[in-house]
Amino acid sequence: MPSELAIEKSSGAVLSVTIGQTQAEGGSRSSVIKVGGQSALPFLVREGAVPAKPHISYEIWDIPPQDWPDEVLKPFKDVIGNPLDWAQKCVEAYKAKSLCVRLQGAHPDFGDKGPEEEARFISALLKRVAVPLIIVGSGDDQKDNFIMPACSEAAKGERCLLGSAVQDNYKTLVAAALADGHNIIAESPIDINIAKQLNILISDMGLGIERIVINPTIGALGYGLEYAYSIMERARLAALAGDRMMASPFICFIAQETWRAKEAKASIDEFPSWGGASERGILWEAVTAAALLQAGADILVMRHPTAVKQVESYISALSGR
Amino acid sequence: MFIIGELINGMYKKIGLALRQKDKAVIQACALAQVKAGADALDVNCGPGSSDPAADMRWLVEAIQEVTDTALSLDSSKPAVIEAGLSVLKGKAVINSTTADPEKLEALVPLAKKHNAKLIGLTISAKGIPQNKDMRLELAAQIVAACSDMGFPLENLYLDPIVMPVNVAQSQMLDILTAMQEFKIISDPAPKSIVGLSNVSQGTKNRSLINRTFLVMAAACGLDAAILDPLDEQLMAAAITSDLIRNRQIYCDSYLDAYRKK
Repeated sequence: MPSELAIEKSSGAVLSVTIGQTQAEGGSRSSVIKVGGQSALPFLVREGAVPAKPHISYEIWDIPPQDWPDEVLKPFKDVIGNPLDWAQKCVEAYKAKSLCVRLQGAHPDFGDKGPEEEARFISALLKRVAVPLIIVGSGDDQKDNFIMPACSEAAKGERCLLGSAVQDNYKTLVAAALADGHNIIAESPIDINIAKQLNILISDMGLGIERIVINPTIGALGYGLEYAYSIMERARLAALAGDRMMASPFICFIAQETWRAKEAKASIDEFPSWGGASERGILWEAVTAAALLQAGADILVMRHPTAVKQVESYISALSGR
Repeated sequence: MFIIGELINGMYKKIGLALRQKDKAVIQACALAQVKAGADALDVNCGPGSSDPAADMRWLVEAIQEVTDTALSLDSSKPAVIEAGLSVLKGKAVINSTTADPEKLEALVPLAKKHNAKLIGLTISAKGIPQNKDMRLELAAQIVAACSDMGFPLENLYLDPIVMPVNVAQSQMLDILTAMQEFKIISDPAPKSIVGLSNVSQGTKNRSLINRTFLVMAAACGLDAAILDPLDEQLMAAAITSDLIRNRQIYCDSYLDAYRKK
């Protein structure tokens, strides 16, 4: 007798979040990104609806990055001095479907740009590229509360994804997202209880739960990936069992973590047995992404075009389309 | 825990009067208050005074679904009354209830299957209320066997061990609780368990505390669902917290609010 595949049906589903607003809807984007909406674990297309494939967003900065290893700078060498050219290259040469721009230049230690300057940059970026935008602050809470409302306003009506709201600092960003029609990234420090609490706090301010994307905080391969994995898996299982406050899609900042890992950036002279640095970093990024896709990642923020290509083909193969 | 609000019952004075006078507003307000308090389904019972329970059931179902699409638990000992409710119900149904008697099972199990409804099975038969755990389990097994034979999905079956008032049958309380634990080993997938909670405190002076305490003890014995008064805020908080302790909800500081927003 042939054995039958056990099919599990879920009572809940991940919430569907739309990023970007087209001209027809009053924005200026050429397309929109829809993530989430699935009622099954990753790639189990027979167990439920899986309306959207995981999405990869190219990471760019508003300043030339100082701490990116050579290998990941190489594909952008000709444009790295000008963030707008960099953005355009991602879209035109590497077919980026969205961009995730980090406003690192606003950080007090990295240039301390002010709100007007950053808002002007966002306006120019929106003019230069037509793909949907994810905009994240510098990581300095105080400074981000200063610049993000200005950037939010500059992108009013474009339905961006703004980040990051954290438990001790979410009100300013949520208010900006509410005023200007954006979605929000809710970031928790590898802590499922805080992730849930933050979603409640944000939705209590009147921002619909279908406008939240969870950043569960991840570690790269070898640097705590399994902690992030288990948190994401548990949250996703709760979502599929009907817990709406855990039902937000996940965004994972893959490249930011992987290119910090020693294994990704050490030269072959340092560790001859590890092989060439050029392939190693790309693999580290791709493998970290692949693992977290299995945990339920919906948006991957990545840097290296070769790693992106590898992960895209992995997604296509597992999606069966 | 799957919560069925018990307040729409003709036995209650206000509801009985509204039913006689066909005053929809009273019924609808009662429905909405229970949903707001966290009920997953609403029990609908015409009460003992109804002269035409089938017509009353239809009227109640229609009145309630004008204001909410919450699942309705059609509560009657007469299969014809339940069928009358199902005939007008647009949303999800709970059939409340069958006993272990063959004629009841033969009428209600196919009906539940046809309407994709949850089915409550009382461990009771024409012979009366069981007096110990073994009798409860025997009746439970009969209900499970009948459902299984008729192809009814056992995960939609809710077995009720029949909760007796603590001041009447104090010696049976632990039997009732352990019977619920043992329901789970009757079949795979296991049937679910349910209690009509308020019965436990019938005729006592500390109703709310007794209800709440029994509910938490039953939760520890694997209780899946309860018919109760969702407007008892402390009771609902205890139900939600017991789900937390059982790892059925993910903790967060505002877990009570999170549950109510589900």
